[in-house]
Amino acid sequence: MPKQIHLAAHFPGVNNTTVWSDPASGSHIEFESFRRFAQAAERGKFDFLFLAEGLRLREQGGRIYDLDVMGRPDNVAILQALAAVTEHIGLAGTVNSTFNEPLDVARKLATLDHLSGGRAAWNVVTSWDEFTGENFRRGGYLPKDKRYLRAQEMLSTAQALWDSWDADEVLADAASGRFLRHGDAGRFAIRSDQFDISGRFPVPRSPQGRPVIIQAGDSEEGREFAASSADAIFTRHAELEAGQEFYADVKARLAKFGRRPEDLKILPAATFVLGATESEAAENARQVQYQQVGPATAIAFAEQVWNRDLSDVDPDGPVPSFDPKTDDDVDSGGHISKGRASVRMYRDPVATAREWRELGEREGLSLREVVIRKNGRHTFVGTPQRVADTIDEFVQSDASDGFVLVPHITPGGMDPFVDQVVPLLQEKGSFRTEYEGATLREHLGLRPSPTTVAAVSVEA
Amino acid sequence: MTLHLAVALDGTGWHPASWREPGARPGELFTAGFWVDQLREAEAGLLDLVTIEDSFALDSDRADRAQGRLDAQLIALRVGPVTSRIGLVPTVVTTHTEPFHVSTEIATLDYVTTGRAGVRVKVSSRADEYALFGRREYGAESHESLFDEAADHIEVQRRLWDSWEDDAEIRDAATGRFVDRDKLHYIDFAGDHFSVRGPSITPRPPQGQPLVSALAHVDVAYRLAARGADLVFVTPGGVGRAGPTGDAEAILRQVRAEEASVGRQGDPLHVIGDLLVVLDDSADAARERLARLDAADGEELRSDARILTGTVGDVADVLESWHATGLAGARLRPAVTAHDLARITRELVPELQRRGLFRTAYDADTLRGHFGLARPADRYART
Repeated sequence: MPKQIHLAAHFPGVNNTTVWSDPASGSHIEFESFRRFAQAAERGKFDFLFLAEGLRLREQGGRIYDLDVMGRPDNVAILQALAAVTEHIGLAGTVNSTFNEPLDVARKLATLDHLSGGRAAWNVVTSWDEFTGENFRRGGYLPKDKRYLRAQEMLSTAQALWDSWDADEVLADAASGRFLRHGDAGRFAIRSDQFDISGRFPVPRSPQGRPVIIQAGDSEEGREFAASSADAIFTRHAELEAGQEFYADVKARLAKFGRRPEDLKILPAATFVLGATESEAAENARQVQYQQVGPATAIAFAEQVWNRDLSDVDPDGPVPSFDPKTDDDVDSGGHISKGRASVRMYRDPVATAREWRELGEREGLSLREVVIRKNGRHTFVGTPQRVADTIDEFVQSDASDGFVLVPHITPGGMDPFVDQVVPLLQEKGSFRTEYEGATLREHLGLRPSPTTVAAVSVEA
Repeated sequence: MTLHLAVALDGTGWHPASWREPGARPGELFTAGFWVDQLREAEAGLLDLVTIEDSFALDSDRADRAQGRLDAQLIALRVGPVTSRIGLVPTVVTTHTEPFHVSTEIATLDYVTTGRAGVRVKVSSRADEYALFGRREYGAESHESLFDEAADHIEVQRRLWDSWEDDAEIRDAATGRFVDRDKLHYIDFAGDHFSVRGPSITPRPPQGQPLVSALAHVDVAYRLAARGADLVFVTPGGVGRAGPTGDAEAILRQVRAEEASVGRQGDPLHVIGDLLVVLDDSADAARERLARLDAADGEELRSDARILTGTVGDVADVLESWHATGLAGARLRPAVTAHDLARITRELVPELQRRGLFRTAYDADTLRGHFGLARPADRYART
C-alpha cells in the first residue's frame, strides 16, 4: 500500500487570498457557511477541518484594514457546533497561549473532545504584542523572548491536566453507588515560570486522552517545539525540494525526544485552482490572482514593505523607485501594519523593495503585477489529474505527509477538489475511501495518547 | 400575560444522588447525546430557555457523587444546531475569564442558533477556583469589587456586540472595500480590573444583544443585575449566604429599588423565581422520593432555592401566586433530570396551559423574542 495522504480543509481566512467579490462568495460568519464547508470536507474524507483564531482586527496606517474579508466567530465555539452536523471529520482550531490560561484552554479542548467523540485538535500558537494585548486583561505583558517558553509551559500544563484523570476513573455504577474510583480524581499542582496553579481538573479523560496537538513554526525554536511535542506541524514549504529538506530536518529531530518519524505529520499549507485543461486552469488561476490582489490591495501590500503611506502611488504603474522607511522597529509596534504575522517576514524591506523593482523592470510588470507574482502564487494549478499526481508525488517522495488546503471561496470552494481530485487520489490507493477509525488520532495514524498518572505534580 | 418558564440543567439533576436514579444515564454524562436529549425534552415543553450550570471547580470530593463538568458554553454550542426555538443560556464565571473571549463566544452561540443565545454571569466565590488560575489571591478583593468587575465584564461584552454596526459589511467592489470602517467602533473600555480596546472580531450577533442574566440572593447581586442584565433569577423562600432571601414580594421590592438606585434605563428586569422541584403523583410520593434520595446520599438535600416536594399542581399554584405578585416566571431546577424534567414538560406545562398561564406554541424565533424584547438599536450607530 502506498504511503497514505492526510488532508485538512482550512476555512478561508481573513486575508486577501479569500475572494469576497466573486458572485459565488457567501457569508463568512453565518453558521450555514461553516456547516456546508465542513460537510464538503467530510464528504471528501478529509482528516480534519481547521479554523484560525481572531484576537484583534488588523490595522494599517492607524486605521482598521478594510480590504479583506473580516469578522469571524469564535473558532472553538464553531468547531463545537460543527460536531453536531458532522460525524467523522477532525475539528482543529488555533488557540494562542498568551491571552489564555491553561485551565480554561485545557477544559475547553477536553470538552470539545468529549462532545465530538474524540475529534479535537489544538493548534498552539504564540503571540506577545501590545497591539493584540489591548483586548485582554494583561495587555502586552509578555516579552517576545518568553513567548515560546509560555507556549511550551501552556502545552505541557494542558497535557498534565488531561492526564490527571485515569481513563477508567469514572465508574458511574449506580448499583454500588460509586461514581468515581477516587473521590479527588484530577488533582494536580503545577509550578513553573509562567504558572502556579493547583487543584482538581474538572473534566474526566476525553476520548482521545489528549487532543491532537498542532504547531506551526519554521524557526529553530519552532521546529524543536514541534519535534518535542506536536502531532502535526503546519508549514509553508509546499515546493518539492524545500519540502523534502524541511521534512528530513524535522523528522530527524524526533528520535532525541523518543519519538518515531510517523508520530509527527508534516502538512504544508496549499492553495489550488482547477481547470478542464492545463491552459484553462492557468487562465482560472490568473483570474483568481487578479481578484485576490485588486488595485487597493496591491498598494496595501506595498505599504507593508515600504512601511509608509503609498496612497498616491499608481498600482498599475512601476514599483516605487524610492526605498522603504526602516527607522521603526517592526516588532515593537512602530510598523504601519498591525496584527499581521506575515509583515514580520520582511526582515530586510530595502532588499525586498529592490527585488520587486528589479522584477518589475526586468519583465515590464506593474506594481500590482509584481505583488501578484510575489504573493499570489497558487500551489497547485492544473487539471484534477495533474493536481492529484502532484500531491501524491509530494507525499510519496517525503516532501510532506499531506496538505492543509485553503480554497479561495466561502463556502463552496472545497467542492471541486472533493468531487474531482479526491476520487483520483483514492484510485491511487493513497487516500482513504472511508473513515476507518473514530477519532482524529486514528485518522492521522497517530498512536493513542500516553496513559496516565494518578497524581500530577510538575515542578520546573 | 403568561409566565416565562425556564429549566436549570445541572448534570443528572440538582440532587446529589440523582445520578443513581433509573434512567439517569450517569455513564453518558460527558457525551453529546446526554445533553441533546435533555434539550429536546425541554424544547418539546415550549420552555423559554434552559440555563446550563458551570464552575471551574468541582463541587465534591466524594466518590459516591457524580463529579466532573464540561464547559457550559460548549454544551450550549453542541446542542444549538439540533434545537430550533429554545433559548440557550450557559453560565460564565466573570472573575477568571476574558470579557473579549466571552463576548465572541456568546455572539457565536447567537449565530449558531440564529438568535437564541443568552449568558448567565457568575462571580467566583471559591478559593479552589482561584487556585486553578493562580492569578489572583482569594479574599484579597471585596465582594463589591468582584461584583463591580462582573458589571464591567457585562459592559464589555455588550459594547463589543455593538462594535460592528449591522450594515458594516458592504462588499464594495468598486473601491475594493469589504467593510465600511466608519461603522466599526473602538469600545475603549477602561475599568479597575481590565481595559479592552475593541472592536470585536465578530460582527453584531443576530439578536444585537444576546440576553444577559444573573442569579441573585443579596443586594449587591440585585444591583449587578439592575446594572447590566435583562433577567434576574431570584430565590423566593430560599436561603442565601446572608440568610433567608424573603418572599417574592420582598425580593421584587429590593430588585426594583436597586433598579431605581442605579438609574436603570429601558426595559425593567424580568424577575424569575427559582424553585428546586421533586415531583410525583402525590405529595406523599414526592416526599418518599426525596427521602429515598437523601438516604442514598447520606445527607439531607440543601439548596439556596426553595425546595418544592409535591405534585405539578402544587408547583403551578406557587407559580401562579408568584405571577400574581409580579414575578415574570420561574426557573425550575429538577432534582432528578431523568424524572422531573419530563414531569415539567409533559405535566406541568399542560397544567399551566389549562390555567391560561403558558404559551401553547412558540410565537417567537429568538430568545429576546420569547421575552417580548425588541432587537435593540446599536449604541454606536449615528442615525
